[in-house]
Amino acid sequence: MAEANVVVNNSVQAGTSHELELIDRVQRGENSLFYELVRPYERRVFAAAMAILRNESDAEDVAQEAMLKALRAIRQFRADARFSTWLIQITVNEALMRRRKDRNGVMEAIDDRRDEESDYAPRDFADWREIPSEALERKEVRQRLAQALASLDRKYREVFVLRDMEQLNIQETADALGISIASVKTRLLRARLMLRDLLAAGWEQGWFSRLPFEKGTKPW
Amino acid sequence: MVNDNIVNCEHVWREISNYLEDDVDASFRSRMDEHFQTCSACRSLLEGTRNVIQLYSDERMIEVPSGFGSRLQHRLAQSRRAPGRSWSPWSAWLVPLAALLLITGGVRIASSRTVPQPLLSAHAQPARNIPPDMVVVVSADAKQFHVPGCEFIHNKERERTLTAKEAVDQGYVPCVRCLRKYLQTASAGRTSLEMEATSEPDIAGPKQDGGE
Repeated sequence: MAEANVVVNNSVQAGTSHELELIDRVQRGENSLFYELVRPYERRVFAAAMAILRNESDAEDVAQEAMLKALRAIRQFRADARFSTWLIQITVNEALMRRRKDRNGVMEAIDDRRDEESDYAPRDFADWREIPSEALERKEVRQRLAQALASLDRKYREVFVLRDMEQLNIQETADALGISIASVKTRLLRARLMLRDLLAAGWEQGWFSRLPFEKGTKPW
Repeated sequence: MVNDNIVNCEHVWREISNYLEDDVDASFRSRMDEHFQTCSACRSLLEGTRNVIQLYSDERMIEVPSGFGSRLQHRLAQSRRAPGRSWSPWSAWLVPLAALLLITGGVRIASSRTVPQPLLSAHAQPARNIPPDMVVVVSADAKQFHVPGCEFIHNKERERTLTAKEAVDQGYVPCVRCLRKYLQTASAGRTSLEMEATSEPDIAGPKQDGGE
């Protein structure tokens, strides 16, 4: 069980020297290098916006706006933070603003008030030991995972995406969403257990195990 | 959290996420480990939850619309060409100039008042439980401090970065939009709509750039 940390601490390493140099040059006015700087994170920026807005064209627009904001604010960036985290936080803030503007905040206020402290009991204890990462090569598997995630309530989905997909830590997730650390932990637990339930059922039905390259043979 | 020595399945369900974050104390962790040795259902739960984290953390899970990267690149390039938006090299002169203004302003404030400063706004709610070293942004003639990139920063040309503690000490209060959770009334049972309504005059304060 000691390897538990390995799974969750696979976060993106601190800025490489190349990245630090790029940041420095953009901060000195070489704006044309900015795209090279953000390129490794553009997918994650989009995913963060998408988690909050759930609409591809809005998410793309917000992702672009967030990048422009980051460029304008690049001099405020301090090298003791991770650049990717800074980018994601700007993006989440931008996406939340957009959503508030669109919906006038009413829906969220009601939604967030719902009790989230009640315990969640797992439903399914299917033995789900090994998931070869090749499973993700299959579009069907990726779609199943995406559907399961999309079926979660907004508050669980957002926390899960920021922590487990975007690799923000608990404190950064709390800051980005404007909620307490305790809420992040509670929601994260719920999100992870619900996803496990949703996917363990799929495991039992065998859609994970029908891997194209299992045991070196192709099923077709 | 759990005082007795027995760890049952419900304890495990409640703590499994923290366990995977390595965020449970050592003695509870070892009792959970013992439980996993004997309880196959919880062991399967642990493996499954770990699988979930592993699968979703994979970059392949993120799909972007085709052409996303090139459209982004195009928009960034466009913004560089747009007049008034670009930072030509000589505009770097503005930075030390603004810094000078802020420093002299800061010295004036510091010499005229003792720390902590009274709140700059009569409508303001002081900050509550804000992490002191959180990086925030203020602008010279506004009353609130913000998360970098917040849309409600007035007079963005004159913004500066500081820690939340410095901002609080200088009399700034959290932005009611981007730092709402740190307002004193945030958990006191008022709805967010009421809060926004009462805070509105404060936000509207100095109008855009005309406030100077």
